[in-house]
This record gives sequence, C-alpha cells and structure tokens, in this order.
Amino acid sequence: MSLWSRIANVFRADRLNREIEEELQLHIEEAIEQGRDPVEARRAFGSALRQREESRDVRLVAWIDSLRADAVFGLRRLRKTKVTSAAAILSLALAIGSCTAAFRLIDALLLRPLPVAHADQLYSLAHHGTGFDGKPSTYDSWSAPVLRLMRDAAKGQAELIGVSISSRAELTYASDQEMERAYLQYVSGSMFDAFGLPPAAGRLFTENDDLQPGANPVAVISYDYWERRFGRDPKVIGRTFHLGNDIFQIVGVGPEPFTGTETGTVIDVFVPLMMNGSILRGDSTWLRTLVIMNPGVPIEPLRQKLAAVSLAFETERAKGFTDMPQGKINILLKEEISMDRASAGSSNLQKDYSRSLIALGTLVALVLLIACANVANLMTAQAASRAREMALRVSIGAGRWRLVQLVLVESAWIGALAAAIGAAFAWWAAPLVVRMINPPDNPARLALPADWRVLGFAAALTLGVTFLFGLVPALRASSVKPASALKGGEDPHSRRRLMHALIAVQVAFCFLVLFVAGLFVASFDRLSHQPVGFSADRVLLLDTTTAHAQPASAWNEVVDRLRAVPGVETVALSEWPLLSGVGRNNYLSIHGEPPKDPLCFFLSVSPGFLDAMKIPLLDGRDFRLNDVDPGAAIVNETFVKTYYNGENPIGKTFYRTYPKRVPALIVGIVRDARYRSLRESMLPVAYIPFSRNDAIRNATILVRAAGANPLSLASILRQEVPRARSEFRVRNLRTQQELIDAQTVRERLLAMLALFFASVALLLAGIGLSGVLNYSVLQRRREIGIRLAIGAPAAAIARLVTMDVSAMVVAGAVAGLALGTVSVRYIETLFYQIKATDLRMLALPALAVFLAALAAALPAVMRAVSIDPVDTLRSE
Amino acid sequence: MSKSDSLQGSLDLLVLKILSRRPRSHGYAIMSAIKDSSADVLSAEEGSLYPALHRMEEAGWVRSEWIRKDSGRRARIYELTAAGKKQLAQEQERWQTVTSAVNRVLRTV
Repeated sequence: MSLWSRIANVFRADRLNREIEEELQLHIEEAIEQGRDPVEARRAFGSALRQREESRDVRLVAWIDSLRADAVFGLRRLRKTKVTSAAAILSLALAIGSCTAAFRLIDALLLRPLPVAHADQLYSLAHHGTGFDGKPSTYDSWSAPVLRLMRDAAKGQAELIGVSISSRAELTYASDQEMERAYLQYVSGSMFDAFGLPPAAGRLFTENDDLQPGANPVAVISYDYWERRFGRDPKVIGRTFHLGNDIFQIVGVGPEPFTGTETGTVIDVFVPLMMNGSILRGDSTWLRTLVIMNPGVPIEPLRQKLAAVSLAFETERAKGFTDMPQGKINILLKEEISMDRASAGSSNLQKDYSRSLIALGTLVALVLLIACANVANLMTAQAASRAREMALRVSIGAGRWRLVQLVLVESAWIGALAAAIGAAFAWWAAPLVVRMINPPDNPARLALPADWRVLGFAAALTLGVTFLFGLVPALRASSVKPASALKGGEDPHSRRRLMHALIAVQVAFCFLVLFVAGLFVASFDRLSHQPVGFSADRVLLLDTTTAHAQPASAWNEVVDRLRAVPGVETVALSEWPLLSGVGRNNYLSIHGEPPKDPLCFFLSVSPGFLDAMKIPLLDGRDFRLNDVDPGAAIVNETFVKTYYNGENPIGKTFYRTYPKRVPALIVGIVRDARYRSLRESMLPVAYIPFSRNDAIRNATILVRAAGANPLSLASILRQEVPRARSEFRVRNLRTQQELIDAQTVRERLLAMLALFFASVALLLAGIGLSGVLNYSVLQRRREIGIRLAIGAPAAAIARLVTMDVSAMVVAGAVAGLALGTVSVRYIETLFYQIKATDLRMLALPALAVFLAALAAALPAVMRAVSIDPVDTLRSE
Repeated sequence: MSKSDSLQGSLDLLVLKILSRRPRSHGYAIMSAIKDSSADVLSAEEGSLYPALHRMEEAGWVRSEWIRKDSGRRARIYELTAAGKKQLAQEQERWQTVTSAVNRVLRTV
C-alpha cells in the first residue's frame, strides 16, 4: 500500500474500520462453523478495539489522522463560539486581504522584474543636481545626442537603450476625422534584440531601422493593443497610419507579456528613436536611458565613465549659453550621475507612488498586527476556559506536543478561513486602487497578475500570522498543570499580564495608524482647499487640434462661432489650461540688465481669458485682438514683487532671453493664480497674447457655461468646432475642476485609504479592549461579588476593573506617539504644509483612542457593577 | 506495534509459505493451513495473524482483494506479490541458517 493510499485512508477511516470489522467477523463465523466455542473464538481475538486500532494504524498515517481529528475538533469549536470566531476571522481577513492587496500593488509597481532577458542587469541613469527652485532635484531625462555619446563610450561593457517618456499621440488609420489616441513610445532600434524579445507576429524593428533621422517610418505594436484595437487580426502587419506628417508602417507585434519599460503605462505603439523630430537636439531631454550591463562588468567605473561623457557634453553645450545666469550654468555642470537598479522598469508612476504605497503598506501591516493581537487575546481567553479540558487531556496521556498541535490547528483554521476571505478582498481591492490613480485622460494601467508571487506572499503571510497569534496561546495551553487546573486554581494573573501587554501593543499601533492617517487627511484638506486664484466653476476645456497649423484669426473664428451656442457664457483661448502640469519658462532681463534668477513662466492667452477664468485685473488693461506676441504682456503680483520690488511696472519693458532677446511691454497686472501645480509656491507669471506671427496647431478653447452642468454642452461643442472650420477637431474635453482634482489624486487616495485603515484599526483595538475587559470581569466576578457584598461603591468597582487596562492604554499611546514622531520623518515628502509636531495632529489621535477606549470599557464596567453578589457566590 | 522478535518473524515466514503454496486464501484458511500442515503443533494466534497480514500488505509483500464466496459472504483473500516471493526466499534462508546454527549448538553440548 502506498503512502498516498495511507494518506487517503485517513479520510475514509470509516470504511477502513468497517472492512477490518467485516474480515474479523467472517473469521469468527467460520471458526464457529468448524465447531469452535463461540465465546472462546471471540476471546481468542483479544480486545476487539485493540485489534482494530492495531490493524488500522498500519493502514493509515497516524500523525495525519491525529491532525485530521484535531481539524474536525477545531472546526467544531469555532462553530460553537460563532460570534467571536466570526469577528476574529473577519478582522483578520480584512487585514490579510489589505496586506495582500498592498503587496500586489507594491510588487506590480516596484518589485516585479520586467518580462525581458537580463532584467536583473537593468539600470537607469539619472541626474542629481539643484532645481530651479534651489532645492535638490533628480530627473531621469536625457537628450538624444548625449545618449549616443554615452552609448559609444559604454560599448563592450553595457548596452544603452533610449526610451522616450510615453505620450498619448494622435494616430490616423483612415481619414483625418477618425483620429485616435494611443500611447506612443520612441525606443532605440536595438531594444527588442537587447531584451531578447521574440515577435508575436511579423518582425520587431532592429538597430538597422534606427540609423538615420526620419529614414525608417516603421512601428511595432504591443500585443495588448493588437488584441484591443485589432482583435488580433494578422492582417494588421503592413497597415499604415499617419502620425504628424509621417506615414508609419506596422511591421510586427511585440510579445504578449511585454508592455514597455514604463511601469504603470501600457504602451500601444513603439517607433524608432530616429523618427522623433528632437533626435538631433542637445537641449531637448525627452529620453530615459536604460543600461543593460554585460555580465561581470563592475558598475562604478562605468558610471564614472558615463558621467565624464555627460559632463563633457554639457560643458560644450554651455559655451552656447550666452544669456543665462552664470550661477545656473555652474549648477548644471555640477550635476551628479547615478545608476539605479531598474529591473522593474522606470516610470513617473513609480516615482510618484512608491513612497505612498510603502507608507500605506506599513499602515496595513500595523492593522494586521492589531488584528493578530486581537485573535491572540481571544485564543488566550478561550484557553483559560479550556484549562480543565487541557488538564484532562494531559491526565489521560496526551503529550505536550499534541496539545500544541490541537491549539495551533484551531489557529490554522482561523488563519485559513481569514486568508480565503482576504484573498477575495485583495482580488477586488488592488485593481480598485489602481483605478483611483486616474488623472483625467491618463489612467494608470498596471498589470496585476495573481500568480505564484502573490499566492506565495499570501500563504507565507497566513502561516506567519497563524504562528504569531497561535503559538503563545498554544504553548500556554500545553503547559497546563493538571493537578492545579482541575482544582480550578490556576494563576489567572500570568494570563492577564499577557493580554494586557497585547493591549498596550494594539493601542500603540492604533495610535500610530491614526496619527499618520490624520496627517494624510490634513494634507489633503489643505491641498484641496488651497485657493487657486481663478474660478473653475462651469469651465469646460476643449483641447483642440488642427490637421495643419492655423493662423490665430482662424482660431478666433472658431471662438466666435462657439460664443453663439446657446448656454455658453464666455469663450476664450489659451495655449494650454492652467493647472494641467504644463509650463514654459525663460530668464528675463529687466531694465536691460543681464538675465537673473528666478525663472519667469509664460502662458499665451486670448483677450477675455482673464475674464473667463475670473482672474481679477488689478491695474492696466486686458489684451485686445490686435495685441500680438511678441509685444504686450500682463503680469501677476508675484511677478511685480519678484522683478520690480513691488513698484508699478505698467508701461515698462522686459526681455525674454532665450533663444534670443525679445521685448514685452507690460500692459496690465492681475492677481496671482496657480499656474501649473498646487504644490509649488506661487510663480511669477507673464501672460502673453495668443496671436502671433506663426501658425498654431494645438490650443485649448475655454468655455464657461451659463448652466450649472457644463458637461451637458459637451457633445454640441464637439460638433460645433469642426462645423466652424473643418480643419479643427476637439481631441479631448475636460472640466477645469477635473484638472484641479487631478492635482490631488495622490493625496486623496492616501487620505481615503489611510482614513479607512485608521477606522479599522480603531475598531479592532476597541473590540480587543472590550474583549479583554469582559474577560477580566468574568475572571474576577467572585472578587467583585465579595467587594459589592461588603459595600464597595460602583465607582470603586469601575476603577478596579479598568485600572490595569487604562494604564496599558496610556502606555500604548505614549509608545505610539514616540513611534509616530520618529517614523513620520520617512514620509515627510508626502505631506503638504503639515508639521508632524503640530499639537492638533497629536491631540486628534489621542482623543480618538481615548473615546474608543471609553466606549469599549463601558459594557464591561456596566457588567461588573451589575454583578449580583448572591448569585455569583452561590454559583461557584 | 513494531515488534520484530523471532516469533513474529516466524509467523511472517509461515504465512508467506502458506500463501506461496495456496494463493488466494483468506485469513481463516491461512490459519487452518498452518495448523494442519504442522500436524497441530503450530498455531497462529488470531490476535497476531490479522495485524501481520495487514502489515505485510502495507510492506507490499502481499496484496488483498475482496471476493464473494459461494456462501454469498464477502471475504478478503491474500496472495503473494513479487516482493513477497523474494521476501519468502530470504526468510526461508534466514530460518535455515538460524535452525542449523541452533542444531550445531545443541550437538556440541
């Protein structure tokens, strides 16, 4: 009989018993037929039970059988205490599920290696220097010429690959009216080969397709796009599309798992670097540089070599900067180059969210520990009521290990059930969180496979958690001394001490979670209530594009046409919307002096823009239709403070300095308004006329609706634009409010999730506290009964019951406070205008913990005070 | 459970030998055969026979099968496996060695 059949026999023990019984019965009957005395024949077998046990044990694996018995018994016990078990399982499930979901996100964004060869040898290059605001800054974008130089320098040691920062490009497969958007990435021709990627269809482009600027308009589409857009039609190979002024031909489809190197974005179309118009420009940094190290090549010497190449390039380039502050040039030349591991890819999403996700993951882990402490307390309390059962088991010969097994198996049930529910929760929650990272029109797309990595994590977590909350109660239960336990006189204090310690731990973690959540919520609150300086009410933004660049007069025609649409209040034009993250800057020369810090920011707007955005004009006038750039400028208050020391600059002329000096006459002053981000300090801004001498291809038409719901105008406006002039097309329609909300996506996500986990933590800690208090009242009911009988007042009883625990709560809160102030340093960058040392930030969690403790203590105190001395003493 | 003294060993030997001579026997038949062929000198205890059979099945020396007897009752019959035949040969040889050694001792005294 194989081991497997023996294991299988564990689970059909009944049949096994029956068969053995039947065989023995037949033997006895035959013996009697042969004339043996029936009684004697039976006696010859000895104890039937022993016989059966002996025969049975050879037929199955004894320890598995005992495990099975414990599992059945454990499940029965859980079912007996339905409510407490359910509470334990659910709280643990929530915690395990959240942890698993957090792991899924962190793994997908930061840990999981790209599905390419040599992912472990992949690095990315970044500059470390000083930003325009004087703070340390890091950026990982490079120009194409410097990439080429570095690539040549690294030959033989490493392969350098350039990948553009992905953009949503407009492609046309048929007519111009059917333009569609796709995530486009320019990549080095050598990328597919270097990554060892095979095509799913057609061919992948190579180094040879990437030799001459503009020579090879070929494209490879991703498998995801092939499936989504073309239903995996093999005829897609050879199709062409228009992009800008080029016609590209699709030559192949990438392999299924590969979605590009920009984690968080699924690329649709790859085209060679040489097809980008900026391929020869040294001043346009639009590439990430990935380094695939050859095996055995040390990192540091290569990094120094590349840094030297970059420095030489920048030094050469700086010679051309005639009108730039010398300090800035020095800073530029002092930049350090770093090589960072990039086996999980390299993207802005990683930069923006890694810290947030890790902070959330930590909060979730704390919630898990709180839940574990709860279950441990529950098990300890149950162990107390089981002391007699355990003592009995020891008395009839159960080994110590058998008792540990018994209790651990019960814990394993709780762990396993919780893990099953938690898995379902994680399945649902992780994609939900990714969906919340959705700045308008650019939602994050993160591959979230639930494979062995996630399952392994969940399994390890469950196992770890089971031991965490199950081992101590199990060891305690097994160390029972039969003599004293059966007499009912075991020392209850040691057990209570353990429970109290766990309460302190719970409160400490709970305080920490509340504290951090409070900081996140306050940050979000500050940020979202930040005055923006304009009114986003009822403002629609129509990102509009034309097949060929159009003069400003054509744009004005479209604006006039839209003004006539019923329900439209005002219409204006700007190059891009405020708070869209876009900006353009330049160094200024004031009074003809050499250019100096800081940078000034620009936005070209049509007459009526300021009025439409409700940015108040403080002095001077708005633009007129005949104002042309270069020429006039309207500046904001910060501009006046920065460059004119607050003196009225109307009528004065300043110069933009790059690429050549261009004058602008200040005709008006407006109040400060947020320019590109809510997070940076107010910038000096100069608005310049929308009209200029060259034609314009892209701009934003801004419409303020008269009615409360601007989106009801959306479809009519979309249709009206091409009707006004057929070359015009709305490629995207958003509300200004969406752009403001997008600025706070991360903060809102953090605040929401942190608040949720803080509530869970508080709830769990409350349940734990109340459970322990209840238990101690039960344990001490004899003592309380006697005290009440001899006339102790209710207040004294309440004090007696809560004294130890309140000391623990205070100790826990103090520990939590200490932990909080230490750990908050690591997430400071996630806060906005919030100081962790702010007294209010500390008072809030303290108050919440205090109130929760009060609420949790109340039922136990009521119960203690209402103990009937006579009843209690009689029942013992 | 895991006694393996000489008596136990000889019980295994007897059972294997009987089964090699009369394959597909059930427990009672094996017991009777031991008794008959030893002219009532040896007898297998019922209390040891069945655990021994089950143990040998577990060890892979015998395999069992349920059949319906002429009387209509179900019976479990046993037969030797290839491993059982090898085991029988070994046991037999061991037994010969031990008994001849014992005999030599008895003669020299």
